[in-house]
Amino acid sequence: MARHIVAAVDEIPPGGRKLVEADGKKIVVFNLDGEFFALLDRCPHQGSALSGGILCGLIQSDEPGKYHFSRAGEMVRCPWHNWEFDIRTGKSWFDPRRTKVRAFPTHVEPGAALASDPRRAQARSGESAAQKDSAPLSMPMDGGAVEGPYQAETFSVKIEADYVVVEV
Amino acid sequence: MNIIRPIAAPGRPAAATLGLVDCDIHPRCADLGEYRPFMTDAMWHRLTTYGIHARHGFHKGYPFPKAAPLASRRDSWGPQGQPPASDLGFVQHQFLDHYGLDMGVLNPLQPSGQGDVNDELSAALAHAVNEWQLAHWVDHDARLRASIVVPYEDAAASAAEIRKRAGDSRFCQVLLMSRTSEPLGRKRYWPIYEAAAEVGLPIGIHAFGFSGNAMTNGGWPSFYVEEVQEHATSAQAQVASFVVEGVFERFPTLKILMIECGFGWMPSLGWRLDNNWKRLRDEVPHLKRAPSEYLREHVYVSTQPIEEPAKGEHLLDAMEWIGWDRILYASDYPHWDFDDPRIAIPSFIPLEKRAAIFGGNARGFYRL
Repeated sequence: MARHIVAAVDEIPPGGRKLVEADGKKIVVFNLDGEFFALLDRCPHQGSALSGGILCGLIQSDEPGKYHFSRAGEMVRCPWHNWEFDIRTGKSWFDPRRTKVRAFPTHVEPGAALASDPRRAQARSGESAAQKDSAPLSMPMDGGAVEGPYQAETFSVKIEADYVVVEV
Repeated sequence: MNIIRPIAAPGRPAAATLGLVDCDIHPRCADLGEYRPFMTDAMWHRLTTYGIHARHGFHKGYPFPKAAPLASRRDSWGPQGQPPASDLGFVQHQFLDHYGLDMGVLNPLQPSGQGDVNDELSAALAHAVNEWQLAHWVDHDARLRASIVVPYEDAAASAAEIRKRAGDSRFCQVLLMSRTSEPLGRKRYWPIYEAAAEVGLPIGIHAFGFSGNAMTNGGWPSFYVEEVQEHATSAQAQVASFVVEGVFERFPTLKILMIECGFGWMPSLGWRLDNNWKRLRDEVPHLKRAPSEYLREHVYVSTQPIEEPAKGEHLLDAMEWIGWDRILYASDYPHWDFDDPRIAIPSFIPLEKRAAIFGGNARGFYRL
């Protein structure tokens, strides 16, 4: 399994989602109140994109006429046929044993740790992937050289942030 | 088992070697004003002043909540927020081109004026919707065919609308709804079938509509899930009425297609009708053959929403009984219970039979 840095944590607020691509797979990453979960972005029924589905909770009933609502926002409904999947496990509600969408292990890591991790070469597809060589452009000048008229566009690169890492 | 299928990308089903024909697409007007050019001043005034009223008491909006806004796929709104299937360009992009359709049949549902309590408005709207299908859809995309929308509770007006379209190959069927104020085999509706037979078009009967009666034989249900499963029983009542009233004896060339009604019920209906006919034949002496023979000769079914039994052989058994040449692919685009042609028609159906379902049978039914 390769680790893929797919987002900075503040890109996906609680209740939010982000569609990413890793190892050729479209994957939708959800933030459930600070915890991140990743599912394959394809309903196992007819293949619609789960990233286009609404979030709902779990409605249960012990007997007709009595309803119990829980786990608000922790189920995703397919945008076509309304099949419900548990975002935490990928399992469908109506047949959790046999009908499920693939779930990928997901966790948060600090950028500094990722930057010093020799395995980071495997990590890709994060737009702001942590990099070490973030020093400002400065070169020792000798021979009386003066600064030229051209200046490259620079980007500030931070490694302080935390990142969402998905194992695919 | 976790089924991982390939990423959705444009492409048509490989088995569609006889063409890919969809017999159930639902275009929608973005605004009622799109009908205005095709209505008289008087009827436009009536529509905008008094509105559309289904044969349904205290009715405002849907009697049962749909599973999704406008009963549509959540990805079917256009890029500028256009309502589902209201913009030809987006329908081409998301559906016709995406799946490589060769032909699609338009079945306008709402607002179409069908079943309206006011006969004149019903007829005026049906006429306008027919003109609108041509002006907004069929004349801009040669893959599309229109349905003749008729004000079916007024059979004479319906027959007149059908005859207006005689010989116009842009129309491929006459469209009725499955919930009508009386069973469709009753003689009051026969002028519709006479006109259809005369112009050589089949009848498509789409699920839904408003009859004025409770939606199930047992009364009003509590849940939408009951409403949608009920199509199987109202379809049986309509098909039985066609057979038992002798419509197919009187109009031997007439063909009907049950759209979005499922089909798993057809074998059982045939068995029961035949069984009772053997005992009660003298009550209906105008029937010259066993009821199931009329079913197999005159009644076609569409696939969406296809039954999905756990054992594939049960689906094959039902299809075998109905007849492999009587089953037509339908998508129901853009509705929420849409069937993707590459996935909904399962691969355990033999290849040549899938080819017939995707295209061959529709070519026969619509005489393409």
